[in-house]
Amino acid sequence: MLDLLFYVFSAITLIAALVMVLNPNAVSGAMAMIVSFVGTAALFVLLEAYFLAILQILVYAGAVMVLFLFIIMLLDVDKSEKAFPSDKLTLLGSFVGFALLAVLVASTFSGGHLPEPTLLPVLENPTGTAAGIPFTTSAKSFGYSLFTKYMLPFQVCGFLLLAAMIGVIVVSKKHEQGNS
Amino acid sequence: MSVGLNAFILVAGLLFAIGFLGVILRRNTLVIFMSLELMLNAVNLALVAFSRYNGTMDGNLFVFFIITVAAAEVAVGLAIIVALFRRRQSVMVDNLNALSR
Repeated sequence: MLDLLFYVFSAITLIAALVMVLNPNAVSGAMAMIVSFVGTAALFVLLEAYFLAILQILVYAGAVMVLFLFIIMLLDVDKSEKAFPSDKLTLLGSFVGFALLAVLVASTFSGGHLPEPTLLPVLENPTGTAAGIPFTTSAKSFGYSLFTKYMLPFQVCGFLLLAAMIGVIVVSKKHEQGNS
Repeated sequence: MSVGLNAFILVAGLLFAIGFLGVILRRNTLVIFMSLELMLNAVNLALVAFSRYNGTMDGNLFVFFIITVAAAEVAVGLAIIVALFRRRQSVMVDNLNALSR
């Protein structure tokens, strides 16, 4: 049953991503992108990372894509411009590059010559703090890790968000006359 | 679930390849930026799969940080695209060749 769900959600994710890339209309592309993000969130649920699945839907499918749609509609660009390059060589090069990458990935990971680790049991409620924090389904281990092992990256993330906020304000401010 | 780690990495790799195709094929800066997000998302999927099959929490924490950085990146990138559109009246990459003149 779970195997079938994996195939269904992988297909949804990949097909929606392809639709996003190949659709000339940017708004439809953004909609397909939301489907792709929700498909990834479903794969996260299959991997028992429930907290990240919720975060994926809230942040990516929610905030980020709404921001994208807002800017696409604000700028209103797809009126007469071509979405794809008219140069035949560029088109050919893009698809050959994509095919090379896809064949490389497919031949590496689907041949069965790589070791296949088995699923480890998941702790419901972690106790103790060994060197590596064991995989759990509870959000508690996130908080614990963030404030012990990953304290410095957590602080840096907060500073990065502040810097991004200030950067956005500076970039999107209208320049005064003679200043630009 | 009998699906192995390699199947998840295969899906993540193909997702990354599709994002790569979008970055090199499309002319609209906004779609290129969305494809970049798709590539980040593919890496997230690979990290969560590794974390689950390795039995440690670190991969999940990395994904948490990647999501944070991606949100900041989207905010700054879209502000830059809006500023660019204000200046050049276009977001197509073919028209953004100020350095070649």
